[in-house]
Amino acid sequence: MRHWLFAIMMLVLISFAAHAIGPLPFRNNAERLRFQNLTSQLRCLVCQNESLASSNAKLAQDLRALVFKMMQAGKTNPQIKQYLVNRYSDYVLYDPPLKPSNYALWFGPFIFLILGGLGVLLYLRRRTSSAATAPPPGDDDW
Amino acid sequence: MKRYLPLFGFLVLVGLFGWGIWWNSRHDMTAVPSPLINKAAPPFNLPKLYAPTEYVSKAMLLGKPYLVNVFASWCVACLEEHPVWMAHASGLGVPLIGYDYKDPPQDAKAWLAKHGNPFSVVVTDRSGRTAINFGVYGVPETYLIDSRGIIRWKHIGPVTPAVIRDKLVPLLRAVGAHPDEAD
Repeated sequence: MRHWLFAIMMLVLISFAAHAIGPLPFRNNAERLRFQNLTSQLRCLVCQNESLASSNAKLAQDLRALVFKMMQAGKTNPQIKQYLVNRYSDYVLYDPPLKPSNYALWFGPFIFLILGGLGVLLYLRRRTSSAATAPPPGDDDW
Repeated sequence: MKRYLPLFGFLVLVGLFGWGIWWNSRHDMTAVPSPLINKAAPPFNLPKLYAPTEYVSKAMLLGKPYLVNVFASWCVACLEEHPVWMAHASGLGVPLIGYDYKDPPQDAKAWLAKHGNPFSVVVTDRSGRTAINFGVYGVPETYLIDSRGIIRWKHIGPVTPAVIRDKLVPLLRAVGAHPDEAD
């Protein structure tokens, strides 16, 4: 009896999840995979921590339908992305393009890495030089 | 000296986090910069809310600057900004076009009947399809479009009297409108 109840609850939950994604009439599995792959690379504008694939926001549903329609119309992935970037800026892309306004984003981590590396290097050099001039360590500091 | 190093590190972190809080309180982290600023507004042709057989298009509005305010009856923040439009719309010197977004017409009519209608005309975009071309991702949003059909300004979220006074009015003057001096 309890197993049945559990099974029914799971079915209800699954049907909710399926409803969130929304049924789109894919022609084949390859098209479905391409759609899922593409929408997971696009950011939902309303709730920016969610991808277009996973968001249940009204706008995300509309944009998924639009992406689907453009795919049906034979548009390529870069064309669909450009279409959205033209309207919503680079924010829609999870993978920001390499261009001057994004240089800080791309190269910032390396600059910090170099600065940190220089700091460590200076510290180590100072320590070895002070160790060289310091009296030889005895066994009294244990 | 060396024993103060952890304290120094702690103070650096306090500074960084404090700056982060200060910066966030002055910036809307969810605001997406529009790539359409200073570009031509997308063409549109939308039915009027109160006369669904009549349409308003971009071509019809060319020649004079105008404001477009995207709102919806289901939008809570729109209710927050609504009194601001009620108070200021007549003094802006340009038409304020209401853009009813993803909203059943009867709901929009009831909302405007209840709270007042500050718009010179209201158009409806029930599917939200045209709004995608404008880059609308939330309501309310407000656009200033100049006489050549170029988007000059976009405001995301509720407008306030301060936004109208400090940002909108100077821009209205820049596009050749004559907003009232009195605030």
